Amino acid sequence: MMAVQISSSRHPREGGDPERHTLRFRPRIPAFAGMTNVWVGLLTVLALFALAQPLAAQDMLPPAPYAYKQLADPKQEAKAQALMETLRCLKCQSQSIADSDAPMAGDMRHQVRTRIAAGEDPEAIRQWLIERYGDYVSYTPQVKPITWPLFAAPLLFLALAAFLLRGRFRRGKRA
Amino acid sequence: MSAQQAKRPGLAVWLPLGLFAGFLVLVVVGLYWPADREVSSAFIGKPLPTFNLPPASDERPGLATTVFKEGGKPRLLNVFASWCVPCAVESPQLATLAKQGVEIDGVAIRDRKEDVARFLGQYGNPFARIGKDDLSQVQLAIGSSGVPETFVIDGQGIIRYQHIGDIRPEDVPLILRKLAEAQ
Repeated sequence: MMAVQISSSRHPREGGDPERHTLRFRPRIPAFAGMTNVWVGLLTVLALFALAQPLAAQDMLPPAPYAYKQLADPKQEAKAQALMETLRCLKCQSQSIADSDAPMAGDMRHQVRTRIAAGEDPEAIRQWLIERYGDYVSYTPQVKPITWPLFAAPLLFLALAAFLLRGRFRRGKRA
Repeated sequence: MSAQQAKRPGLAVWLPLGLFAGFLVLVVVGLYWPADREVSSAFIGKPLPTFNLPPASDERPGLATTVFKEGGKPRLLNVFASWCVPCAVESPQLATLAKQGVEIDGVAIRDRKEDVARFLGQYGNPFARIGKDDLSQVQLAIGSSGVPETFVIDGQGIIRYQHIGDIRPEDVPLILRKLAEAQ
């Protein structure tokens, strides 16, 4: 009984009067169409940007020979890999050259691999790059006057902890 | 313990606000003075490493270190690429510098001859020589981390100054001053 009453009272209000219905909804349609136009426009612009960016900032040359090719000698390749994982890609900055697909990182990998194949020491290559780009290029911190606190801090904290613990143990004995 | 805490809540109450204020200062500093993401060359003041690049253009010879050590005038070494948009943006400034008698040598990074020719045809050719650096070897050897970069090299072949990014019209006087200082 209740359900029938509710449905009968709803019908005339929503669907019963066609004029009111259209009046209510007509203003919304152009507004909605305007919104889609804006969105379509925005999406088109974004899509154009997405298309334009890689075309503009990418070279056409194939990657360097040893950018993606491992050295034949597994020992040398392991050395090169270990070094490449601790060298910063200068273009992407938060990736190592081993991780990056930037062409410049590829050229750096090529340089690392060919120099290791020629018998150069990995740390010498790291030093060569640090001479040119500063410590920033290396993910492995170097011991220098400015970095010694980095290496000394754990020892200092351990000494402090030992000192504090000693005090605690003494107090414990007294009590 | 609880009695002691209840005695002086004065300072502790302000601690969260203090931390928040400190955090706010960090955010504002980070927003208005963002960290410098440019990697400048550590090779300034050092002699140009030895290299010998083949020509990147049929109109100009390649580039060898010997050019910079022949003595005399300071020169510009412009690291560029045809695929690099800011390199096109700085071309009028390079043309201005070339017109004022500055000798500019180019190193084209990872570029094809036909693309370099198209680039020079479109934006002008201010270069005396253009070397082709397909493996970024010279770029790495002088501590350049991108394109475009411009180095001032003195008459003895020593790197005196590095300009990172495109040369804007307002940078031209600075470049000229650095060239004069390298005399």
